[in-house]
Amino acid sequence: MEPQWILVLSAVLFTMGAFGVLWNRGAITILMCVEIMLNSANLTFITFARQFDQAEGQIYAFFVMTLAAAEAAVGLAIVIALFRLRESTDVDELNLLKW
Amino acid sequence: MIGLETVGFVFLATLALASATVVVFHKSPIISALALAFNLVAIAGFYLLLNAQFLALLQVIVYAGAIMVLILFVIMLLSIQSEGGLHRSGRIHSVLAPLIALGCAVALGVAVFRGSADGRFAVSSADFGTVRSIGTDLFTTFFYAFEAISLLLIVAMIGAVLLAKRRL
Repeated sequence: MEPQWILVLSAVLFTMGAFGVLWNRGAITILMCVEIMLNSANLTFITFARQFDQAEGQIYAFFVMTLAAAEAAVGLAIVIALFRLRESTDVDELNLLKW
Repeated sequence: MIGLETVGFVFLATLALASATVVVFHKSPIISALALAFNLVAIAGFYLLLNAQFLALLQVIVYAGAIMVLILFVIMLLSIQSEGGLHRSGRIHSVLAPLIALGCAVALGVAVFRGSADGRFAVSSADFGTVRSIGTDLFTTFFYAFEAISLLLIVAMIGAVLLAKRRL
């Protein structure tokens, strides 16, 4: 097993997550795709930590994980608030700020 | 000779890619969420292969435990049957989304193959990735970042309560 294989895999996962964010219009699906993107970045951090034998990469992955938890909590709270307002989680209908 | 690591890699990579595909393309958010749980566990398996035992444990507890429960809880609270796929607003999304994803893939591919063409894994030290070494780093070198992230968690918690509460 070589580092490039895992780096390629995490690049593919990141691309799929980015595509999902752009393609879907359900707010919860978009949040889950963001989680995939964050996870692939974490996988890259940990692969480099292992490749160069430096623990810093794992520490950064730890911080990203904490950030992802905060992001999920706030994001889902926003989804609940929007659902109360519009009875849907479709991001196409959220055009209050559109001129 | 195919090593145990290679077998593990192929298995986990297949699981991760298949579950990510389901997350991106499935209409029902419940199925997407369950597939995301499989994806997170597969990535925790990669962490184990990469000598990051503590982070693999955290991945299962924080992601597959806490965040997945939160997402499933919200889906069931709002009782969403399906979140229809593509944007209604026109064809521009169906052209731009694959194009931007393709550009992202090309940029990342160039970075991977330029950056570490002859990469090998170093021989890691005995306590690499253990709770002891991570904890020592966290409470010495990264002490202020650690405190800042705890502040961020409190702010996020208060924000989530304020946003989701019907009336204060």
